[in-house]
Amino acid sequence: MASKAYDAGVKEYRDMYWTPDYVPLDTDLLACFKCTGQAGVPREEVAAAVAAESSTGTWSTVWSELLTDLEYYKGRAYRIEDVPGDAESFYAFIAYPIDLFEEGSVVNVLTSLVGNVFGFKALRHLRLEDIRFPIAYIKTCGGPPAGIQVERDRLNKYGRPMLGATIKPKLGLSAKNYGRAVYECLRGGLDLTKDDENVNSQPFMRWRDRFEFVAVAIQKAEQETGERKGHYLNVTAATPEDMYERAEFAKEVGCPIIMHDFLTGGFTANTGLANWCRKNGVLLHIHRAMHAVIDRHPKHGIHFRVLAKCLRLSGGDHLHTGTVVGKLEGDRASTLGFVDQLRESFIPEDRSRGVFFDQDWGSLPGVFAVASGGIHVWHMPALLNIFGDDSVLQFGGGTQGHPSGNAAGAAANRVALEASVKARNQGRDLEREARDILTEAAKSSPELAIAMETWKEIKFEFDTVDKLDVT
Amino acid sequence: MPITNQQGDYQTSQTLETFGFLPKLSQDEVYEQIMYMVSQNWTPAIEHEHPTGSANHYWTMWKLPMFGESNPARVMEELEACRRAYPDHHIRLIGYDNYTQSQGVNFVVFEGHT
Repeated sequence: MASKAYDAGVKEYRDMYWTPDYVPLDTDLLACFKCTGQAGVPREEVAAAVAAESSTGTWSTVWSELLTDLEYYKGRAYRIEDVPGDAESFYAFIAYPIDLFEEGSVVNVLTSLVGNVFGFKALRHLRLEDIRFPIAYIKTCGGPPAGIQVERDRLNKYGRPMLGATIKPKLGLSAKNYGRAVYECLRGGLDLTKDDENVNSQPFMRWRDRFEFVAVAIQKAEQETGERKGHYLNVTAATPEDMYERAEFAKEVGCPIIMHDFLTGGFTANTGLANWCRKNGVLLHIHRAMHAVIDRHPKHGIHFRVLAKCLRLSGGDHLHTGTVVGKLEGDRASTLGFVDQLRESFIPEDRSRGVFFDQDWGSLPGVFAVASGGIHVWHMPALLNIFGDDSVLQFGGGTQGHPSGNAAGAAANRVALEASVKARNQGRDLEREARDILTEAAKSSPELAIAMETWKEIKFEFDTVDKLDVT
Repeated sequence: MPITNQQGDYQTSQTLETFGFLPKLSQDEVYEQIMYMVSQNWTPAIEHEHPTGSANHYWTMWKLPMFGESNPARVMEELEACRRAYPDHHIRLIGYDNYTQSQGVNFVVFEGHT
């Protein structure tokens, strides 16, 4: 390559980083950002600035650039598109060469793509909408410790979603009373129960006591029902050392699954824990506290589909995705868009679901989608229709709020689920015939009849804040 | 809030996984589930086990899985044949999904009694 002269000063980003003729390589990592620039800054300059600041660029030319081949390492803004129905924003598509990123490190990818650039002054807002991870990069990541197929085999759950519940009240129970609540849910028909994300190791219930009593609850429920049961013991902790100590003890008491909060705990902790789970044959449930801080604003932050993709790479066997029908935010098409990213091996571009790129996951195992929050028996047919079999449906209040208690509440949910599965397999329309399906099932289940009466009036009908950009 | 106990005592029962909480499926309803499995191109298979061994992952296979079988009536016949041979065993019906390498259907059709 011909040598260049050093020309100090500030150049326009687009001279180097706006490359509309570039054809992305199969090995490139591709990103789509929704950009909202400051008034008067041309789109090409904004897109190029994002490409530069998230890859090799800095605000001023430096002499040491000439010691390397920045043409090889730079990110390239290669396409700009209008955002439907939004005149002030646009999509910038950027290609990054794979050598910019350490193998197997979503930490490194995110540090580059959503680092300094999000505070960049030329931008009013910036949102990372999607990432296409090249298969070459995916092959360097461990992914889910077990995956959907292995988890089904270990837990002996086939042909239906699994049923769970977060134990309530979420804070304040003693370990022995907490184990009681777990036992009641499991003997009543739930497959899995869950520590609330806020439960770590507080003064009212230290982690070791909780783990011991929960293990007793699982064992007894398994013996009495002849079914396999589990409880996500939350090992999220202040330090990695604490986290691993808790994970080791969960394994020692025989719990098949543990739990981690991947955003508050961080991707480094999560990837390490996923590796530990793979090595030790323990399943990993992933909670997503803090996600709405990052993903809810339609013009700034990171869309959850990106966080979901990163989690599949970092490792987890379950991930919360929202319910579509319950108390928490979640648009149906958008939710299905990232549920596919968790479970399928190839997902084609589909703008109607907010999927900006084809994504090939190769042989990376799938992650169960977890629907949790404000759902009850009336939602069951719709939930099965939306999420399909490879999901965990979690009813916290919808189990433990049953007038006759946890076991009866669990049975009501299990009957509703199995009636819905049976009806689906018979070819019935789950959402249109929901009332009939449940009413028929309740004839042989007084627990379900009471649950239907208890929750008949509850609705959560607010419009979603973050909508897909469609015309 | 006063404690109301509208239902009395909830008794735990051996429920043996999927469909364990529904009333026992009728012959017609079992037939419909086989129709579903066949329509998904899953392979019907039958397993049986004495109730004392039902917690094991592996139950004994009744012959080989019925590869290529698309006639639900044939599957029903095999279920009956298995039941005649092992009247005191649990008998479950499986639909093997070779794409996911998992089981799309798995439920106990006949319960044996100890």
